[in-house]
Amino acid sequence: MPIVTHSDGRQGWQRRDTKARMLRWFGWLIGVAAFVWCWNRISETTTWFFVWDAPRIAGDILGRATPPRWSYIDKLWWPIWDTLNIATLGTIGALIMAVPVAFMAARNTTPSRLFVRPLALLIIVATRSINSLIWALLLIAIIGPGVFAGVVAIAIRSIGFCAKLLYEAIEEIDHTQVEAITATGASRWQVMAYGIVPQVMPAFAGISVFRWDINIRESTVLGLVGAGGIGLQLSASLNTLAWPQVSLILLVILLAVGISEWVSAKVRGAII
Amino acid sequence: MLRLEKLTKTYRTGDMALKAVDLEIPQGQVLALIGPSGAGKSTLIRCINRLVEPTSGKVWLGDVELTHLGAAALRRERRRMGMIFQEYALVERLTVMENVLSGRLGYVGFWRSFTRRFPQTDVDEAFRLLDRVGLLEMADKRADELSGGQRQRVGICRALIQNPALLLVDEPTASLDPKTSRQIMRLICELCAERGLAAIINIHDVALAQMFVQRVIGLRLGAVEFDGPPDALSPDVLTTIYGEEDWQATIRKVEDEEEEALA
Repeated sequence: MPIVTHSDGRQGWQRRDTKARMLRWFGWLIGVAAFVWCWNRISETTTWFFVWDAPRIAGDILGRATPPRWSYIDKLWWPIWDTLNIATLGTIGALIMAVPVAFMAARNTTPSRLFVRPLALLIIVATRSINSLIWALLLIAIIGPGVFAGVVAIAIRSIGFCAKLLYEAIEEIDHTQVEAITATGASRWQVMAYGIVPQVMPAFAGISVFRWDINIRESTVLGLVGAGGIGLQLSASLNTLAWPQVSLILLVILLAVGISEWVSAKVRGAII
Repeated sequence: MLRLEKLTKTYRTGDMALKAVDLEIPQGQVLALIGPSGAGKSTLIRCINRLVEPTSGKVWLGDVELTHLGAAALRRERRRMGMIFQEYALVERLTVMENVLSGRLGYVGFWRSFTRRFPQTDVDEAFRLLDRVGLLEMADKRADELSGGQRQRVGICRALIQNPALLLVDEPTASLDPKTSRQIMRLICELCAERGLAAIINIHDVALAQMFVQRVIGLRLGAVEFDGPPDALSPDVLTTIYGEEDWQATIRKVEDEEEEALA
């Protein structure tokens, strides 16, 4: 009880009572002890020689990587175009699959809370929990290396993310607007189109550009495992220790991500 | 025209929202439903068009019994019951015209409504109604750009374009200022008179109800406590509906009304 009665009968108030204060004190004690213990364990298993050496090595690599090999840019236009396409097509594919999943997962629109909803939630969790690089590895084994595997990997990986955010938006809609449309005698699909869809459109558009933005970053590394895009050049350059090329590729990726960020900020601003 | 027989609603929590309500409303009668919060007013009108499923009892609209209808038949009957809401319940991101035309959804197929290709007669009727409530030039505005009173008038158009026989009106003035409240109540009652509609109006403002309706029902704890003309609402009656309170300031006297008419 934070309210205490003093001996002279006046009432005082403090944020926490004695028990809660003790609990918090012990919580902090345990936390600090765990931190110190972990610090020691990590320290024991670290080869400190390499760590002390790190600035020199990093400086060395930076020296070799500059200036970037500008002439290499001719070989990068096509892969960066592929990367953008993987991200865009993958996002579109993900959205097409995510919309029905989201409607099945939202409590207020699911056809069956007992059977369909858990299935939809399973799809969301399963697709989200596996990294796109691992999806790409799996898909390359199934459909062979190339851009298409990258597109499918990005699409599958994004379903869960898009569906989760969208179904949360669906659950937060204003229910009286849905009631009003239902009361006119509209059918289930008309209620969806008039009562629900207009309310979730801004969220849908926001989620789409946000995921597209993320997918551009993700698709830049897909080439590392052979699923198309600029990552292929990156891995080749890294393997041959061609640092000037690596630095140019990183600059190009930075530029692409910067542009995508600018575009998605513009689009989001226009919608909301 | 509308007849409720022993209409009962028990929520899953065990709350008895309606206790065997019997009520009969003839064609063209405008009725006010008053009572304290939680008396079951909202539940009552939602049980009529089955936005809330009644637990037992019967609802007769004309000679159709509503509580046993399947989904398709229920939708057909809902077209005959226009509903007006407390917070207007317009679809905020659609235009005024789309909101009005959504009242026709029960009459047009999915693709026509989805692609917004409503029959010309519906569009004509929408313009006529918007003109009637004085919002013709707002047709292309988005619903969330309108003021409260304007939104409620769009809500009225949406209910009327259904060409209903009955209006279910849930606290139409609760979010409006006193002047707009009167205008909206007057508009609803005028339109009911023009079209010979029956209406059930849930309302908190007893004085406002007395000004406009022909009959008042007092609901308390899910049961009808009073049923009579508006001028029969005495302090004693209000005490049985709401509980003990000084009612002199609430009940409108005839002289007040005349003074106001002169002013």
